[in-house]
Amino acid sequence: MALDKPYKDVPGTIIFDAEQSRLGYWLNQFCTSLMKAENRARFLADERAYLDEWPMTEEQKLAVLARDLNWCMALGGNIYFLARIGATDGKSFQQMAGSMTGMSEEEYRNMMVAGGRSVEGNRRIGEDGDAQPHRQPQGAGSKKEGN
Amino acid sequence: MARITASVYTSHVPAIGVALDLHKTQEDYWQPLFAGYDFSKQWMKDNKPDVIFLVYNDHATAFSLDMIPTFAIGTAAEYKPADEGWGARPVPVVKGHPELASHIAQSVIQQDFDLTIVNKMDVDHGLTVPLSLMCGELDPVKDAWPCPVIPFAVNVVQYPVPSGQRCFALGQAIRKAVESFDEDINVHIWGTGGMSHQLQGARAGLINREWDNNWLDLMINDPVACAKVPHIDYVREAGSEGIELVMWLIARGAMADVNDGQRSGPLPQVAHRFYHVPASNTAVGHAILENN
Repeated sequence: MALDKPYKDVPGTIIFDAEQSRLGYWLNQFCTSLMKAENRARFLADERAYLDEWPMTEEQKLAVLARDLNWCMALGGNIYFLARIGATDGKSFQQMAGSMTGMSEEEYRNMMVAGGRSVEGNRRIGEDGDAQPHRQPQGAGSKKEGN
Repeated sequence: MARITASVYTSHVPAIGVALDLHKTQEDYWQPLFAGYDFSKQWMKDNKPDVIFLVYNDHATAFSLDMIPTFAIGTAAEYKPADEGWGARPVPVVKGHPELASHIAQSVIQQDFDLTIVNKMDVDHGLTVPLSLMCGELDPVKDAWPCPVIPFAVNVVQYPVPSGQRCFALGQAIRKAVESFDEDINVHIWGTGGMSHQLQGARAGLINREWDNNWLDLMINDPVACAKVPHIDYVREAGSEGIELVMWLIARGAMADVNDGQRSGPLPQVAHRFYHVPASNTAVGHAILENN
């Protein structure tokens, strides 16, 4: 019998379960390697060469090179592992989280200071909140794409 | 005999550690948050424990995908603050309490909770930020934390993560374990993490003030009902990382009014309660409960 995964209908959310973890195993282990200062330096010196030392998929490598955290997560990455890439780049958790919304840093920060994103309309896929698929990307990202 | 006299609950946002380490606590953004812990720092001085049993989660720091223990108890003599990618936090080394930790491990495992025993690990912001919030800024070399700490790491990163019910029952087992330790010492149990926050995807930045405060009311006043809240409610209402709140139920389950899975006797005293939005991506919740 299949396992119950009630979290699949939450918009804008990927739960890091065993299935995602299997997909992202080497991506996340690569991230863990960046906890050592010498590996951070080697990665920054030649990102592609460092990534090629890991048995990751080509798409995972491209997602890392693009610093596209949503793409990384879809390929099995988990935010606490991916945070090592952000740390290597000198980014904070707020900058990393904000980058996944399409908002500019300032827009995201202002949203948090104003009390954060509302849960209304964002509990289930099919509602009309700002995290729903049909309303992406948000903020400055939506203007860039001419929406 | 040893006894648990109080429980402390607090978020453990990494940016709070950064604000402390860079001496930004008086900036407009951070001042209201740290003001919420002024009472707590004094309370720690007035009610200094002999040992802190600190429930937290490791954020892919000591435990990568190599090994994922559901419940891990630290039995080492000391734990170094971890380099999480930004360099280690400049805070004192955390001294352990190997005798009490080993005693708790044995007693809790004999009560049918299969703990992982850890003799070597670095501790990340999940453990050091609560200590900093409650003890204030300390020099990493000249100062020391006020007492030994037993780190207790819970997996809330990769699913399946333990249920609130399991955490609540574990807290009860930990209290029995502490009370069967012969030495006459005063133990605090801390539950950390939460409250509402989501660090990923289009829903990043989710905060649910109303749900958080209702949950806090329930956790304090009706922990038996609170323990029954299913995972999906945390994810849907408090964001994907809001699931950390199940760890607070370990501390709550260890309080004196919980016996055989039910509440009996007077509720603990609420010495302090505080809620603030935001700290970076997160709603910060904090409470101190004292046994009567």
